[in-house]
Amino acid sequence: MDSKYEAVIGLEVHAQLLTDTKIFCGCSTRFDAPPNTNVCPVCLGHPGVLPVMNKKVVEFTALMGLATECAINERSIFARKNYFYPDLPKGYQISQYEEPICEHGKITIELKDGSMRDIGIIRIHMEEDAGKSIHDQGSETLIDVNRCGTPLMEIVSEPDMHTADEAYLYLTKLKQIVTYLGICDGNMEEGSLRCDANISIRLKGETKLGTKTEVKNMNSFRNVEKAIEFEIERQIDILEEGGRIVQQTLLWNADQNKIIPMRSKEEAHDYRYFPDPDLMPVIVDQKWKVEISKMMPELPEKRRDRFIEQYSLPKYDAEILTSSRDLADYYEKILTVTDDYKSASNWVMTEVLKNINDRKITVAQFPVSAENLGKLIKMINENIISGKIAKEIFPEMLSTNSDPNVIVKEKNLVQITDTSEIENVIDGILSANPKQIEEFLSGKDKVIGFFVGQIMKETKGKANPAIVNELLKSKLESKREK
Amino acid sequence: MLNYKNHSEKISLIKEDKLSLRENVSFFLDNIKRNSNLNAYNFVFDDCLMQTSSIEQKIKNGSAGKLAGMVIAIKDVLAIKQQPLTCSSNILRDFIPTYTATAVQKLIDADAIIIGKTNCDEFAMGSSNENSAFGAVLNPVDKSRVPGGSSGGSAAAVAASLCDASLGTDTGGSIRQPAAFCGIYGLKPTYGRVSRYGLTAFASSFDTIGPFARNVEDIALVLSVISGYDEKDSTSFRTDVPDFITKLNSIKKFRIGLPKEYFAEGLNEEIHNAIFEKVEYLKKQGFEITEIELPHTEYSISAYYILTTAEASSNLARFDGARYGFRSKEDKNLLNMYVNSRSEGFGNEIKRRIMLGTYVLSSGYYDAYYRKAQKVRRLLKQDFDKAFEKVDLILTPTTPTTAFKIGEKTSDPLEMYLGDIYTTSANLAGIPGINIPIGKDKQGLPIGMQVMANQFDEVTLLSVAQIFNLSE
Repeated sequence: MDSKYEAVIGLEVHAQLLTDTKIFCGCSTRFDAPPNTNVCPVCLGHPGVLPVMNKKVVEFTALMGLATECAINERSIFARKNYFYPDLPKGYQISQYEEPICEHGKITIELKDGSMRDIGIIRIHMEEDAGKSIHDQGSETLIDVNRCGTPLMEIVSEPDMHTADEAYLYLTKLKQIVTYLGICDGNMEEGSLRCDANISIRLKGETKLGTKTEVKNMNSFRNVEKAIEFEIERQIDILEEGGRIVQQTLLWNADQNKIIPMRSKEEAHDYRYFPDPDLMPVIVDQKWKVEISKMMPELPEKRRDRFIEQYSLPKYDAEILTSSRDLADYYEKILTVTDDYKSASNWVMTEVLKNINDRKITVAQFPVSAENLGKLIKMINENIISGKIAKEIFPEMLSTNSDPNVIVKEKNLVQITDTSEIENVIDGILSANPKQIEEFLSGKDKVIGFFVGQIMKETKGKANPAIVNELLKSKLESKREK
Repeated sequence: MLNYKNHSEKISLIKEDKLSLRENVSFFLDNIKRNSNLNAYNFVFDDCLMQTSSIEQKIKNGSAGKLAGMVIAIKDVLAIKQQPLTCSSNILRDFIPTYTATAVQKLIDADAIIIGKTNCDEFAMGSSNENSAFGAVLNPVDKSRVPGGSSGGSAAAVAASLCDASLGTDTGGSIRQPAAFCGIYGLKPTYGRVSRYGLTAFASSFDTIGPFARNVEDIALVLSVISGYDEKDSTSFRTDVPDFITKLNSIKKFRIGLPKEYFAEGLNEEIHNAIFEKVEYLKKQGFEITEIELPHTEYSISAYYILTTAEASSNLARFDGARYGFRSKEDKNLLNMYVNSRSEGFGNEIKRRIMLGTYVLSSGYYDAYYRKAQKVRRLLKQDFDKAFEKVDLILTPTTPTTAFKIGEKTSDPLEMYLGDIYTTSANLAGIPGINIPIGKDKQGLPIGMQVMANQFDEVTLLSVAQIFNLSE
């Protein structure tokens, strides 16, 4: 970016809440149902039906408020946002406008240089989702109202970010929090997390905000970064050419990597917000607030610090292990079987994560159970198998999730720790290779590796490497004395 | 002919085999046909005759519900599963709901017989029942006159003995005013007393459902059945429902207030005199009568029309031709479909109110109109709160005039609106009110007296109505 300018970025994030039923009726929120099947007179907006608040939505949103250090307003109210669109059955969306449930919070991000920055949260509010219009099926527009009434939480940040990278970090952090809370699956590609960005630029040192544009339709974390970068550059180019920024709504086109105008300020809707007379104010009293705060899981930073403390892990390990709640849970489940914290961490950070990334699966879909991985680590520590054997049988665990004890037994892979048995093998190898002994005696230490290889080959890798090393060295040394 | 005065007499006659429920329902069905020129019904359920034998049996073996055999008509803004729900509007002419309004379901569960759906002003907006896609309803007392509105069909049906009782809805007087014009009892309950689930919303924070009947006992009986908290309506109250029937005759010496603002200019002299005759009667009975003040009354009509139209503009947005209801044939693009479907589907009064409501909610005008009207609403409520510290009941005329001629006020909406002057305040404050028929003017047109009580004090309201009911 041209160093003369500073960008000012605020994000509005919509998160679909993981409730079983919709926000104002008992319909299922399942997203893969056939079109127009998860519906009832309430979410279809038939005449005379009324919304009934789903308490879970209040709890989930308040939980997010608590996790981001917001004030939870004891009284909040719903409002109607009025606009016409075929996938909005009532002709208005029930949302919160004046008096939202959460206000004045923050999300802390860690910048690349390791410094921390607080991004302010203006408000978090509850609202219902609209349906889906499907425009690409011939000349007609089709409407699927299944999504109508799916609960959403909107998180509005302060315009506290200045680079696309900061926006990306904020969004990543936000996703981490909602998934830790278990209130949203955080999937941007599937639309369960949606992000709009308000972007303006100004000369560095200027305190007044420039004219902003709103960018929508960025359906991945990378696209958010790319779109914001694009828009900042676009605005700078306009100013540099002596032009003026026009307040408007823009759409990010991910296929063409560019931004296209959607509507100008003149075309902006007047939503005619007013308090929804069908719903009573939401009252979160002290008692309910306490109940909600009891649902609060350990959040990422706290868990990371505990991992460092409790399991003596390096910060790097703890950071990665706590990057998602599922991964951290997986790690701690391993520790119910083994107390080798560092080995468990190594296994998760290498074999497990590599596999998950390669296969593009989630932690929940990872085939090896934490218990079985724990058993594997325990078998290494108890000298039942070597680390090498463990790596060898891991692929089988990946395909069958069998108990490693069973695999080792079936394949007869139990480590040889009996010194006399190993001694016999060593004696055999030594007597078969007099030339290499000569080399050793002439000072070529490297030949030890050859002997170890031979011994391991003979024992099919089952000999305990430490015992092999120790016995081999003493036998070779004894030859030197002769 | 009907040879019973109220429902409990009807039940006795049936039990004593002096009345056949089947013949009774047939009488009503025939009477509806004979009086079809009244245009009181949008739909008549002839097959309700089929229920009569089983209900009659229940009455005789003592297993019947509280309203067994009561023949009730339902205003066509309330949903009944698999029956048309038109709201007397072309935009919903072919709409069949898949659900039943809670209030109606409670009637059905109490073994009432639902005989049909009554005509009304379109979406309950109007004071004369002239704004209906099904045509105007005539006043049974004088067929050249309006029955009042918006529940004109429900009132006319009761007044003309086309049913035992009916349900209407009251957003600004739509039960009390037609009851006054037709000379019957009509009760608007406390807001939140009766679930609104299944009532097509006009102005959600004002709409109430209540009964019409020719006697107070039946009003109390129907009210006791339809009242109560409903989990499907968050604005219904978790207040206990008193036994309105047994408390009817527990008359104490109530304190009654006469708000001076309601007896000022504009009130027809005959109505004024008729009411003061009744006031004298109450005085003689030993009731304490005092003059009270409701100082913000002059703002009630303005606040009412700002707030109700605002809510209506939003409530009626769902009728857009996209998913159900009427769609214009001129629908070649989205805007076309919206504009033409709504222009052709709605009547003029609806359009007028949607435009008014859209305007008062628009950015730049919201504070001046909507927010200010909300403040007025709070002040009006405070007026009533203060008044009810001094009195138990407030007695006023229901309407400034008796029933006017059909077509008399259709060209002047504002004059029509001003006719609601005595009734809108109860809806703004959420309090209950009843129309008591107290006689006729020189032209033979019914005169109505309104009594209002504090929130959830329908018991007091009904017991004072009962004084007049018994003195008839």
